[in-house]
Amino acid sequence: MARVKARVICTGDVSGEVLFTDKPLLIYTGIDPASGNVVERGHPLNGQSVAGRVLVFPEAKGSTVGSWTLLQLKKNGVAPLAIVNQLCEPIVATGAIMARIPCVDKVDIAPLRDCQRVTIAADDVIFNEN
Amino acid sequence: MRSMAKVDANEAMSRMLAGESGAGTQVAAEMIAALAKIYGAEGYVPIVSAQIAGVSYKNIGEAGIEFLESMRKGGARTRARATLNPCGLDLEAWRELGFQEQFYKDQARALDAYRGLGIEMTCSCTPYLIGNAPGLGDHVAWSESSALSYANSVLGARTNREGGPSALAAAITGYTGNYGLHLDENRVPSVHVHVTCPVETYQDFGSLGLMLGKKLGQSVSIITGLQPGRCTPERLRQLGASMAASGAVALYHVAGATPEAGAYTGKVASGEIPTRLVEVASIDDVSDVVPAGLAEGQPMAVDLVFVGCPHASKGEALDLLGALEGRELKADVWIAMARDVKRELIQDAAFAKAMSPRVKLVADTCIVVCPIDDLGYSSVATNSGKAYFYLKNNPRLAVAHRDTAACLDAAVTGIAINKDRGEA
Repeated sequence: MARVKARVICTGDVSGEVLFTDKPLLIYTGIDPASGNVVERGHPLNGQSVAGRVLVFPEAKGSTVGSWTLLQLKKNGVAPLAIVNQLCEPIVATGAIMARIPCVDKVDIAPLRDCQRVTIAADDVIFNEN
Repeated sequence: MRSMAKVDANEAMSRMLAGESGAGTQVAAEMIAALAKIYGAEGYVPIVSAQIAGVSYKNIGEAGIEFLESMRKGGARTRARATLNPCGLDLEAWRELGFQEQFYKDQARALDAYRGLGIEMTCSCTPYLIGNAPGLGDHVAWSESSALSYANSVLGARTNREGGPSALAAAITGYTGNYGLHLDENRVPSVHVHVTCPVETYQDFGSLGLMLGKKLGQSVSIITGLQPGRCTPERLRQLGASMAASGAVALYHVAGATPEAGAYTGKVASGEIPTRLVEVASIDDVSDVVPAGLAEGQPMAVDLVFVGCPHASKGEALDLLGALEGRELKADVWIAMARDVKRELIQDAAFAKAMSPRVKLVADTCIVVCPIDDLGYSSVATNSGKAYFYLKNNPRLAVAHRDTAACLDAAVTGIAINKDRGEA
């Protein structure tokens, strides 16, 4: 069991399954707010749903309207359970706080694996070592 | 005095973070605190004003309206003056312009939610033309890339490149993190752009901006070689808006023309401030986007001429109306502006006789944020580099970027000569 310290952007205690990408993620126009599916063309997560997953990605990219998209995902019941970033930027930081999605950053995301179970408890990220 | 203010800011933010001003303000404070943490801010600074983008119903949705209403119910109210970016339609002439009623109703609800927080319904990207004009050294939190570029560069106010939500949070708390372009050291140019070719017209300034945005990214630059007499506020607005569209330029200095340039010109020339040199010996005219099969030099039909991106000043609008006076038009002409500017304009006697029925004075919105596809236009000529930049991504529109005079000619003839070089 590994336990690493993160920086808290929006605090929360949750446990769930990872949806992992090492590519920056486009939020506005990149995730469908109705379904939660990643729709960005050519993105490795294309076609997968962020709903209920611990969404792990290095950082967001694109329009700051993405903050409102996170809020829409939450209202539609298809928001990620939590967000783990390498380095959080304003789209996700403000969006996660508005939508109350637990969010941490300053974590080396490389050891995390898709579908792995992860627990986030305030500034602790806890997962099984591979 | 300055450190005193900072202590007060920290204390005020701590109180808001603790929820002493209600849950709505607390959320806003959390957003400001998170950004301050991410960017390693040196505490907080009080802001003079905020400019809030992200107004369109399409972008914020029902979830956004609910969020804004929950903030209001949680006691949130602006502590700094806050103005709003253009919305998706003209709030008075929407029917006449061809917008749908449902779209109007949804947009109006989104605006009501912002109004409930104390935000002014300016619906313009040029707040500095209608009373929200910060002064040299004022700290502000502006979103809308063209407006914040103008505030930083031409007015000498200080803002980071905010998003809509962070500008909203700054308006509610009255503070922003003291980092980035709020600090002296980050306003120093790292790139020296030296222009050796003539840059004269409105379109030239827009084309130069589109070129430079790609080369500059987020860098702060100082531009030399432009004739200060040519650098009118309208042309600098074009330059800045285009740089902020094709790049992420939030601050530029122009020797002899912008307020902070004087502090750097000598030191850049002597090498005391090290810069990367970018020489501009010619301005690339941007390529038209045309219907398939239309060859270069062939006439292209134009059904809409769009001016007013960023929103036109009263002077600009009067010049345009004067130039169109008494002429029969084959294309519609949209002149977009803030509602307050339109009000002033229609009080002017010169306006009445200049008006042609094809000329639409469009307020509250612009061609970039409104659902242009619903209005039946297929080919647009614009004098705005920024409008060109965004419209060219619309697969259903042909787009030409022309100087103001050529745009007005296109309105009269209904035709622009294709300048497609197959590079768009």
